[in-house]
Amino acid sequence: MELDDIDRHLIRALCEDATQSAGALGREMGLSQPATWRRIKRLKELGIFGPRRVDLDLEGLGFGVTVFLGIKLATKGRVSLEDFERAVRAIPEVQTVQHVLGLFDYRLRVVAQDLPDFERVLRRRIMTLPGVGNVEANVLLSEERRPGPI
Amino acid sequence: MQVDDTDRRILRQVQADPEAPASELAERAGVTPATFARRLERMREGGVVKAIREQVDWRALGYEVEVSLRVTLDKTEPRAFDEFIIAARAVPEVISIGTFLGRVDARLLVIARDMSDYQRIYREYILSLPHMTDIEALMQVATIKDAQSVPL
Repeated sequence: MELDDIDRHLIRALCEDATQSAGALGREMGLSQPATWRRIKRLKELGIFGPRRVDLDLEGLGFGVTVFLGIKLATKGRVSLEDFERAVRAIPEVQTVQHVLGLFDYRLRVVAQDLPDFERVLRRRIMTLPGVGNVEANVLLSEERRPGPI
Repeated sequence: MQVDDTDRRILRQVQADPEAPASELAERAGVTPATFARRLERMREGGVVKAIREQVDWRALGYEVEVSLRVTLDKTEPRAFDEFIIAARAVPEVISIGTFLGRVDARLLVIARDMSDYQRIYREYILSLPHMTDIEALMQVATIKDAQSVPL
């Protein structure tokens, strides 16, 4: 897939703010609105963008705690993986579930209002998941998303 | 800034389907398009909605490997976190840098085109980052859920 400097610039800009108009983006680069629009359309057609993300002020909305959990399953086998995945997907406080290789089987990103609320989620929802074994929790202090190799 | 139930309803719909046209999201939230636009704008100005971003699908660009590196830092060095983060920012393949309270101090999300590319990045850049005492790698196999939404 061929990307030139203008494409790269557009990708970076849209990853900062997807709601910018083609006109405004084009002006920054000395490109006309229609030309910019065509470029963006092409990038989208190439499938370069996954789902959009909405960045909220979680703390302001009452979610003061984000915790990453590493989970090792106690028992393995096809059936238990599927049961675990179905159950974990249904927990509203669990934002992300990744199947990983290494020290753990799954990596979870969990939001909670505060530490007591997190403890409730951990005890009532996580520890009761089918097949769950070792759980390691790390509380997120800061997070910085980088533009990546673009 | 205070958000009320209507704001929360709007946020729920935006979170659930950020690509949908505003008119549709307004209808799902049970408000008029004008109210939807006005309230969303107010929440953006008030900082409740920090940004609506596109996300690069790195696989589409040929990056097949994604590794989560869990890093332990040398806490006897007071500048360890700052210097580690500054150095990690200079590695283009690092797409996320997190710091933690727990057994892990920092986490880098690293992407690579394939395993030999990962090997190169790991040897040339990652291993020379300052103040690391331990690294553990988790290789992503599959994403089971990526909701990014919160139970509002």
